[in-house]
Amino acid sequence: MALKFTEDHEWVLLEGDVATIGVSNYAQEQLGDVVFVEVPEVGADLAKGEELAVVESVKAASEVYAPIGGEVIEVNTELEDSPTLVNEEPTGGGWFAKIKVTDSSDLDELMDEAAYKSYVEGLDE
Amino acid sequence: MLNKQGRPTQPAESSTEIGQGSETYSGNKGLNLESPLIFEQGLDGRIGVDMAEPKQVESRLGSIARKNPIGLPDLSEPQVLRHFVRLSRQNYAIDSGFYPLGSCTMKHNPRINEKVARLAGLGDLHPMQPTSTVQGALELIDSLAHWLKTITGMPAVAMSPAAGAHGELCGVMAIRAAHEAKGEARTRILVPESAHGTNPATAALCGYKVDAVPAREDGRMDLDAFAEKLGPDVAGVMLTNPNTCGLFESDVKKIAGMVHEIGAYFYCDGANLNAILGRTRPGDLGVDAMHINLHKTFSTPHGGGGPGSGPVVLSDALSAFAPVPFITHGDNGFDLVEHQEGQAEKSFGRMKGYHGQMGMFIRALAYMQSHGSDGLRQIAEDAVLNANYIRVGLDDLMRSPFEGICMHEALFDDSSLKGTGVTTLDLAKALIDEGYHPMTMYFPLVVHGAMLIEPTESESRQTLDQFIGTMRYLLEKAKAGETEMFEQAPRFAPRRRLDETGAARHPVLRWVPETDEEEEKLSQAS
Amino acid sequence: MRYMPHTADERVEMLAKIGVGSVDDLFVDIPEEARLDALLDLPRHASEMDVEKNFRTLAAKNVSPYSTPSFLGAGAYQHHVPSVADHIIQRSEFLTAYTPYQPEISQGTLQALFEFQTQVAMITGMEVANASMYDGATSCAEAVLMACRITRRKKAVLSGNLHPHYREVTQTTLQFTEFKADELDPTLTGSEDFTSQISKETACVVVQNPDFFGRVEDFSALADKCHEAGALLIVVVNEIVSLGALMSPGDMGADIVAGEGQSIGVPLSYGGPYVGLLATRQKFVRQMPGRLCGQTVDQEGKRGFVLTLSTREQHIRREKATSNICTNAGLCSLAFTVHMSLLGETGFTKLAAVNHGEAATAADALSAIDGVELINETFFNEFTLKLSKNAAEVVEELAARHVLGGVPVSRLIPNDPEFDNMLLVAVTETCAESDLTAFVAALKEIL
Repeated sequence: MALKFTEDHEWVLLEGDVATIGVSNYAQEQLGDVVFVEVPEVGADLAKGEELAVVESVKAASEVYAPIGGEVIEVNTELEDSPTLVNEEPTGGGWFAKIKVTDSSDLDELMDEAAYKSYVEGLDE
Repeated sequence: MLNKQGRPTQPAESSTEIGQGSETYSGNKGLNLESPLIFEQGLDGRIGVDMAEPKQVESRLGSIARKNPIGLPDLSEPQVLRHFVRLSRQNYAIDSGFYPLGSCTMKHNPRINEKVARLAGLGDLHPMQPTSTVQGALELIDSLAHWLKTITGMPAVAMSPAAGAHGELCGVMAIRAAHEAKGEARTRILVPESAHGTNPATAALCGYKVDAVPAREDGRMDLDAFAEKLGPDVAGVMLTNPNTCGLFESDVKKIAGMVHEIGAYFYCDGANLNAILGRTRPGDLGVDAMHINLHKTFSTPHGGGGPGSGPVVLSDALSAFAPVPFITHGDNGFDLVEHQEGQAEKSFGRMKGYHGQMGMFIRALAYMQSHGSDGLRQIAEDAVLNANYIRVGLDDLMRSPFEGICMHEALFDDSSLKGTGVTTLDLAKALIDEGYHPMTMYFPLVVHGAMLIEPTESESRQTLDQFIGTMRYLLEKAKAGETEMFEQAPRFAPRRRLDETGAARHPVLRWVPETDEEEEKLSQAS
Repeated sequence: MRYMPHTADERVEMLAKIGVGSVDDLFVDIPEEARLDALLDLPRHASEMDVEKNFRTLAAKNVSPYSTPSFLGAGAYQHHVPSVADHIIQRSEFLTAYTPYQPEISQGTLQALFEFQTQVAMITGMEVANASMYDGATSCAEAVLMACRITRRKKAVLSGNLHPHYREVTQTTLQFTEFKADELDPTLTGSEDFTSQISKETACVVVQNPDFFGRVEDFSALADKCHEAGALLIVVVNEIVSLGALMSPGDMGADIVAGEGQSIGVPLSYGGPYVGLLATRQKFVRQMPGRLCGQTVDQEGKRGFVLTLSTREQHIRREKATSNICTNAGLCSLAFTVHMSLLGETGFTKLAAVNHGEAATAADALSAIDGVELINETFFNEFTLKLSKNAAEVVEELAARHVLGGVPVSRLIPNDPEFDNMLLVAVTETCAESDLTAFVAALKEIL
């Protein structure tokens, strides 16, 4: 399964019924140096579009919304000490949370990597 | 003001040119004197305040007498004095130079205000003295209230709010209380996009949803968008006037009419009252509530961030809901209503301990008396004159996002810096090297790379000319590609650019004594 | 007018440069019907000499507690302010600077704030403190909001012996939020039992030490009870000098300390401006309201200070901010820092001992009078007396005899006959022996 992207620059990786969620390389560039990530509580039930996390740089705080609904089963505790992972490995070690997906059809609307790439290029113009 | 438009908050690696060859053994450089933290200077057994030995009594502290030491450092008086004098010299201040920080009204702070605030019988009164022993204090508050009501053309004023944002809270609470008294549960407050952050934060604290209204091309609130958002669930609007772009909302009376039409109230953020003193009165513009920042318009000192004072003038529709305490005129002189009963039956409650920021009331009243009706009007006229003088002094080199006359502050965007590699932040830091406090940058949010310059009425034409000359010099340097002086700036301040990212990633919010373990490690290493 | 530099000619030249004919042309955006042509109905400008005279006249109509025997407390305390503290806050560089938004030229304010935060954390026994709030009462309200956010619970419990203004400000602040505060009734007998109040819905319990009536108590067991239920303990301290003699709230297990710092360095000033203290544990710092100053380094590696963790605040987070507060009590926190630095460990603990000694002496002398009963078993520098007459009336009679003899409890807790004869008496280092003698003599005459 490959990464899928939202227009708000979140990415989702679905493996079985577990979705890992983070923000894209483009998003971390826009945010600048990330200083803190507020992750959800494990066990929280999130509907699609609900606030999943808050990413903070020095002068900005940006909400990250759940691109897909379900129960939070794991959060990235490493971000607490190393928020810089979001900048360094946005689509790897900088993931935020894993969600047990209730309805994977939510993912159908999302962009694949190629579509997202051209979407982002469109934004920069 | 601060902002979030992607400006760097972590300095680039320093070129060592500046520092090299100019190091000193002490770390001081001539009159540039460093002082370590107070905790790094102490030695047990000194004292900076002499007092009599404690009386030997039977302890009444029960089981909780302190057993552990606190860890405070001991110093003598001259050491403490020198420490804080050295610290003071690392600050920029209005008294030392031009401080055109937009939306903050950094005007002259007269010293007579400080003197009278310290008079015996004014500065040293206890808030719980019998009112018979503080008739002069109550008269003073009542007199200040009269000046504020006259200046704003409003029938009532709540004196107790402790700062501008606290005043906003007072006004919006009065609005909510008024709706609830009518049995109405309204849920939305309209706030323009360009508003100070305190406006939406205040509305949220009063349980309201915040609905942002966009601005028009000319920098005023978009009336069509506003009209569309109005509805029976709207409790009120919070509008800053003059607004945060330094412009007068010329449709203000129309806006007030539309708000009242649907049974809602008009809260005016009075942060920029300085621009209209004696030229118009909020009461004539349809305002229901407005806070007055005594520390902006009426010169009480900013003090490095406070204390402020934010009395709120109220319309007849809201005055019954004002917070306690307030002053009444009784048979035996002035009296205080301190509880939510009788005359204060509808009051929404109490906002702070005691009666308000008396120390600020004294200073503000001294300032008002000094100016009088003629001087107050002159304040607004000179403040607006100075801002426009700066605007025309720079408008061939910089772009004003909104055309025409401005009020008390001149706003520019960063289009003049496009392609130079120099940012608004760099320009601000270069101004520090030129001996100025920078203007407000990156606020209002609606303008790209905003630079908001508020000179106030306190500055002479010569000061303005020199500032305009400096800005032109810097802009020409930037356009000529001489970027190093910007990247390096500030070079002559007590500190170079500071690592704000590191500060936020690993917050160190207090001093802690070095642990023995660390000391051991250090001694082993050496 | 002495504060405005322009000459009449300069104004004309400047208007010409702007390209307008008159100053009225600068105000054309004001709707015509709302423009003022005449001057406001207020006196004309006044000379410095005249202004000073006006204020001297007003001051003469008041009785200064520093020039007559005075025993006033109830949350604001008469202490000696060292002249160095008042001198430092009048230094132009501190007095007329703004919020330190440009840290490179604000290190004076910032380092002083860092020292303030450290001192407050130390004396309260907490890990971190913010750069101050408006006053003790608003700090208490903010502490309750903070506890609700941390615990994600909606109910606070307020001690009945919390200063009435603190209770009222907290209720006022909470009234339009989703949070609610239950209050116990004030009581003069024994300690309060919170057992039935604490549940899985409780966000926090708020107690005061010394309490409104002056009594001191160990809240360690209450802290345990709170923590077992997942609630926080908030301890309010409004006579901060007491911490020189008492176990700190941190030692008792408090999670948040809300305090009033007026006693250290800040003049009484008829109730404001004062300096609200707010301290907590490091792990709660992102839910803390108000400014925070943090240590960092500059480009050359030199230690420096900046405002930090600003994403909690209104100018970035807007409606999602931890609070709408936009200032701190800048100069008052500086006065606090200077006074506390002058005192040091030796002076602060000694000042507390002197206060306790004076108060104990006064309590003994006053309670020996017929018709006076000391309510407190414990106290620091303030206690409650039960008089044989209405305390408010006694206070008026004392004032007529030039003694400011304390605060009648009924001024703060009205309409409750239980408190009508109760008098709060505070005694600090400023109390001379002759003051106490005068108070005792006057009270004997009246009762």
